Amino acid sequence: MAQAQTQTKSIWPNEIILGSGLFLFALFALYVAAKAWEPAYAFHALLFAAASGAGCFAVVNRFYSRAAEPAPQMIDGKPNYNFGPVKFATVAAIFWGIAGFTVGLYVALEMAFPILNWGLPWISFGRLRPLHTSAVIFAFGGNVLLATSLYVVQRTSRARLAGDLSPWFVILGYNFFIVIAGTGYLLGISHSKEYAEPEWYADLLLVSVWVTYLLIFLGTLRKRVEPHIYVANWFYLAFIVTIAVLVLGNNAAIPVSLFSSKSYVLWSGVQDAMIQWWYGHNAVGFFLTAGFLAIMYYFIPKRADRPIYSYRLSIIHFWALIFLYIWAGPHHLHYTALPDWAQTLGMTFSIMLWMPSWGGMINGIMTLSGAWDKLRTDPVLRMLIVSVAFYGMSTFEGPLMSVKTVNALSHYTDWGIGHVHSGSLGWVGYVSFGALYCLVPWLWNRKGLYSLKLVNWHFWISTIGIVFYISAMWVAGIMEGLMWRAYTSLGFLEYSFVEVVEAVHPLYIVRALGGAMFLIGALIMAYNLVMTMLSPDAAEVPETRPVGPAPALSPAE
Amino acid sequence: MTTTVEHKTLWDRHKVFEKNSIILLIGILIVISIGGLVEIVPLFYLKSTIEKVDGVRPYSPLELMGFNIYVREGCYLCHSQMIRPLRDEVERYGHYSLAAESMYDHPFQWGSKRNGPDLARVGGKYSDNWHFDHLRNPRAVVPGSIMPSYAFLEKTPLDTTHIADHMRTLAFEGVPYTQEMIASAQADLKAQGTADSPDAATLKKHYADAVARDFGADKGQLTEADALVAYLQQLGTHVNFSIYDDKANIR
Repeated sequence: MAQAQTQTKSIWPNEIILGSGLFLFALFALYVAAKAWEPAYAFHALLFAAASGAGCFAVVNRFYSRAAEPAPQMIDGKPNYNFGPVKFATVAAIFWGIAGFTVGLYVALEMAFPILNWGLPWISFGRLRPLHTSAVIFAFGGNVLLATSLYVVQRTSRARLAGDLSPWFVILGYNFFIVIAGTGYLLGISHSKEYAEPEWYADLLLVSVWVTYLLIFLGTLRKRVEPHIYVANWFYLAFIVTIAVLVLGNNAAIPVSLFSSKSYVLWSGVQDAMIQWWYGHNAVGFFLTAGFLAIMYYFIPKRADRPIYSYRLSIIHFWALIFLYIWAGPHHLHYTALPDWAQTLGMTFSIMLWMPSWGGMINGIMTLSGAWDKLRTDPVLRMLIVSVAFYGMSTFEGPLMSVKTVNALSHYTDWGIGHVHSGSLGWVGYVSFGALYCLVPWLWNRKGLYSLKLVNWHFWISTIGIVFYISAMWVAGIMEGLMWRAYTSLGFLEYSFVEVVEAVHPLYIVRALGGAMFLIGALIMAYNLVMTMLSPDAAEVPETRPVGPAPALSPAE
Repeated sequence: MTTTVEHKTLWDRHKVFEKNSIILLIGILIVISIGGLVEIVPLFYLKSTIEKVDGVRPYSPLELMGFNIYVREGCYLCHSQMIRPLRDEVERYGHYSLAAESMYDHPFQWGSKRNGPDLARVGGKYSDNWHFDHLRNPRAVVPGSIMPSYAFLEKTPLDTTHIADHMRTLAFEGVPYTQEMIASAQADLKAQGTADSPDAATLKKHYADAVARDFGADKGQLTEADALVAYLQQLGTHVNFSIYDDKANIR
């Protein structure tokens, strides 16, 4: 090291390219801000300028503080893993999770008590709902996927992450995209395509980040020491590639001007509807399923200390899932003006999709063969396994709802909201929490979590919350569907629309209660994880210790 | 499992994907392309995808601005614009929606959830005044409503500066706006928002069934509420279903 210090430090090409690129982009963004048509867009251009400027400063700053030599690939025969960006994404996931659940609770309360909109444009339901969905799916879920994928690909390849500045560009660029998207909704900047609301310039940022992400993921795989690419990495790769394809297809738009946030989506009407739900359903299929299945395939075997139940089942699971999922989109458009042939295809493939989904569920849960006792003693493993059980439940409910006759009742109702949340709270939420509970002690070199007892509290409070949430939405949804189609004995429609709205009011309160419990659980998790990061010797016992008489909690200094 | 070179099982053959990231990547790309291509591409060339009907026209400049406010406020999150051919929906909302009726919507506004009623045929169902009252305070006209108040819309003047640029972008994407329509965008916009406007005839020439009138009470200055109400009042009104032939468009 002393030798390295004395060498004259030379600037690397990647530092020149990124540093000068960011500097020039900051100037360009300032120019756009000066000529912007709308104040909200000028604000965003200024944010871009500030972020690019800060990025340029960070590159220069690192040049002065870094060693002359690149970070070694191996230290003492062990891979020198690059966990800095992983740690950042982990903390960001915790932060965005809390933010997204809080906004979700608020919009749930707005639906129960519309006075809470306060007549303000920025917090009206129509602007806050995209903020909620983007915050939980893309900010929370996205950061969990970034953190775990960049962790898992290094570990299972036994190789340091490819790239030097690029992993930081991916993590920071992605989180900056979240800020732009979220503030945009509040200011009224939206495409109005569900789960793809960010406007054209945010999409361009996302695409540049995502392509870099794909390249560093592939680059790390190419550097691997292990001959086989581990199963989890297949799912991560499918998730990354497919999301790129979907985003490019669905968000194709032409801006009105470089100086306006407004763009018009290239597609219109029925074709746009089909492309939207090809995107929308596969955002579920590849972002919220394939990506999180990768988490299942790494973290459950790791936590249970058992091999995957069946390697061959995982091969079938993988190819069948990614092939069938892409067809399922039209089930969001049953009985609409989409041609019947497309609806029928969508329904058929949705039903077939049940099989690989349950194959995956079996593969995850049966990994516990010979270690079932750990469900009783390890609340983190319990959370992971319950997440897979929720996955099984919602992937049964999904094909059921995709049957046209069922859909005639369930579509447009709160049943859809219930279905989405059994999948997102139960499956995506729990598998993410389980992964975070594993990841934080690993990344911060702790023997275990600050408190396993708090994990238990988190588990039970949020499980009861989920049950409140989804049962309220099932009852509300089926009631709406039945009341809308109810006839009197004289053959008139029995209920006006607003009577149905009034009828579901109590259920909206129960739903908000369930959401509040889920949020409380997440706050307990955040506290537990932060304490784990901050208190080096908090856990004096190995994690597999039975929970029963819990170790006395000692507050951190 | 016997692994000999001459007799490879499928499981052995799969190893090519497990050992080569680029082959795995290509495999994934092929597998995920098929479904999307089969379902999406034909919609662009099968002539039966969009019915042949008379009356569907692009939005007038004022309606287009209203459409953009509808998009901006996220109205689609609670209101669908897609009536399904089910008995109760047709009785509650009107004739089921045709693909042709949203062919100029960039992007489509079919929606996915009905926290409020479907709006595909709300045009002409209520008076302009009702809409203004309702946007100002939904519970003043519908006591059980859970809709937010949009009183700020009628306090926000309509920024019409760039309407021609918007129409030009849409024209590039295939919406049949002519050069003449784009050139008279500002005049058409003002005409539609003013009763007895001298330019009403030009407006009619460009957008056959557009009616020029004072939407709000505040004459002279157009607000965002005027544009939104102009948009809502034309929804689902362009096709004359008394002469529409269902049988001609069976898909």
